Amino acid sequence: MIKLQRIERVFQVGDEQIQGLSDVSMTADAGEYIAIMGPSGSGKSSLLNILGLLDRPDGGSYELDGILVSELNEKEQARIRRHKIGFVFQFFHLVPRLTAFDNIALPLMLSGMKQEERQTRVTAALAAFGLGNRAQHRPDQLSGGQRQRVAIARATIMQPAVILADEPTGNLDRHAGIEVAEILEELNRQGITLILVTHDPDLGRRAHRQIRMVDGRINHDSSHNKI
Amino acid sequence: MNSMQIKDFWSYTINSLRAQRLRSFLTATGIAVGIGAVVLLTSLGAGLHQFVLAEFTQFGTNLISINPGKITTYGISGAIISNVRPLTIEDGEALRQLPQVLAVVSVVQGNGAIEAGGRQRRTTIYGVEASAPRVWNFAVAAGRFLPDDPPRAARSFAVLGSKVRQELFGSAQALGKRVRIGGETFRVIGSMESKGQLLGFDIDDAVYIPTSKAMALFNRESLMEIDLLHATGSTSATVAEQIKKILQSRHGREDFTVTTQEKMLEVLGGVLNTLTIAVGALGGISLLVGGVGILTIISISVNERTGEIGLLRAMGVERHQILTLFLGEAAALAAIGGVAGLGLGIGGSWLFSLLVPALPSHTSWGYVLAAELLAVLVGVLAGVIPARRAAGLHPVEALRAE
Repeated sequence: MIKLQRIERVFQVGDEQIQGLSDVSMTADAGEYIAIMGPSGSGKSSLLNILGLLDRPDGGSYELDGILVSELNEKEQARIRRHKIGFVFQFFHLVPRLTAFDNIALPLMLSGMKQEERQTRVTAALAAFGLGNRAQHRPDQLSGGQRQRVAIARATIMQPAVILADEPTGNLDRHAGIEVAEILEELNRQGITLILVTHDPDLGRRAHRQIRMVDGRINHDSSHNKI
Repeated sequence: MNSMQIKDFWSYTINSLRAQRLRSFLTATGIAVGIGAVVLLTSLGAGLHQFVLAEFTQFGTNLISINPGKITTYGISGAIISNVRPLTIEDGEALRQLPQVLAVVSVVQGNGAIEAGGRQRRTTIYGVEASAPRVWNFAVAAGRFLPDDPPRAARSFAVLGSKVRQELFGSAQALGKRVRIGGETFRVIGSMESKGQLLGFDIDDAVYIPTSKAMALFNRESLMEIDLLHATGSTSATVAEQIKKILQSRHGREDFTVTTQEKMLEVLGGVLNTLTIAVGALGGISLLVGGVGILTIISISVNERTGEIGLLRAMGVERHQILTLFLGEAAALAAIGGVAGLGLGIGGSWLFSLLVPALPSHTSWGYVLAAELLAVLVGVLAGVIPARRAAGLHPVEALRAE
């Protein structure tokens, strides 16, 4: 379902050019659970940004669900992000002034769904993520684990095909981290493709497939697609 | 279905303004002061307009005045003066023959002292004729006005303005008394009703004597002005044309200026409108400052909410939608401030007319509506720069901001 071919990404830092990604090719099938690992600056976040259509490669092609998304214009890419991709971030990225309910409802509201429809979907999501009694709490009234659960509920409310998670447990204590990992894995079991970036080896080991990056290249892929 | 419902758009916008209550309140206050100033100042300007026009029309609107000299000159003024043939009492007599003309008054005016029973007062002395009360639309309070004597052989009668009468005679009887003006003795035959002030000139502080006497008093050969009243049926312009014809045939050239009240009010109205607009523009400066406030606060808001912008972009919100969101916030701030400003302005002008009843203010709903639209426009314009910055942020950079 995901097919990256010879992806290049060059960053301009001052008057220096830094090769963020070079010659990155990989494929992923629907329903896979992949951990992208590697030291800081190895290009794992850059890869995730390309996968999430938040950034454009300078070379190579990206196919998602049979569509050559790297060739789409900005408006069409936004549409793909809206409907196919859910993001989970290390620092949750909840809107501080909105309640848990409204944070989860945000993607639905932005896509123009009517309030009554949103009500039932979000209420169901709150219950599913064990946040039923936290609906009217603002982020600063929630624990870290609860915040990340709200963020995951928000990422899945549009029923995306892929979840991209950037260090989803990086800002949580061990216990909450395991809880969040289990929630993501449960979503994966239900069929969502799960790709996460981490430098936590414990979390990386839980994934079914590990991709290790060094200096902007894929250094090792546990599915034996060695480059 | 890929864009927000209008209701959701505004509730998101208002929600983010409410999250920074104090800041939003202060910013809206900036716009409120600006709009308040515009509304208050234009109200006062429009009030002044009405007031001044009312002051001038109290002399009647069918008034035409003729002055010696031509307003449009062709060269240096010295040459003009030598060529000007002065207006005479006979010119006035000739104009009286016109069928549309109801009354003519030949005017000479100057300052001088008037004495009665040991009291003296410096006052304005008008040399006029019997028709003056009719032309100038004012009335005799006691006695009668100057009689219709032959112009060159008028008797030494005087009529006192109400203030002069009060100052010289107090509550005592003035009629029949003798007064001395410039060494000549006049007999008081009447006094005028009080008419108040006209733009700071006290027209009650005056004495009326026959034209020829005043000419002798001020040592003048000619009139300063001829005022005439024409019938309501004929237009000022046609009467003015006929006046020009007669005077041209008498003088051989157009060495005089005919001013109709209508024309004068038109010019005056134009000046006052310009004044109102100028004064409104002064208020507009404070509105501009309010706009800068909005620009500042939305810029700060974009900085603080960079992470939120990144999140929205990740969720598939397009650049132009980000732009619209922040423009919406700027417009909402300005619109709320604008409504408050309308309240301030209308309330202020109401208070003003309560405190200074002589100068009524006049709030025109056209200005009010224009002011509110202006507020929203200022808000949107002020929002453009920060909103464009927000829309231009790269999603990856924006997400990294937190």
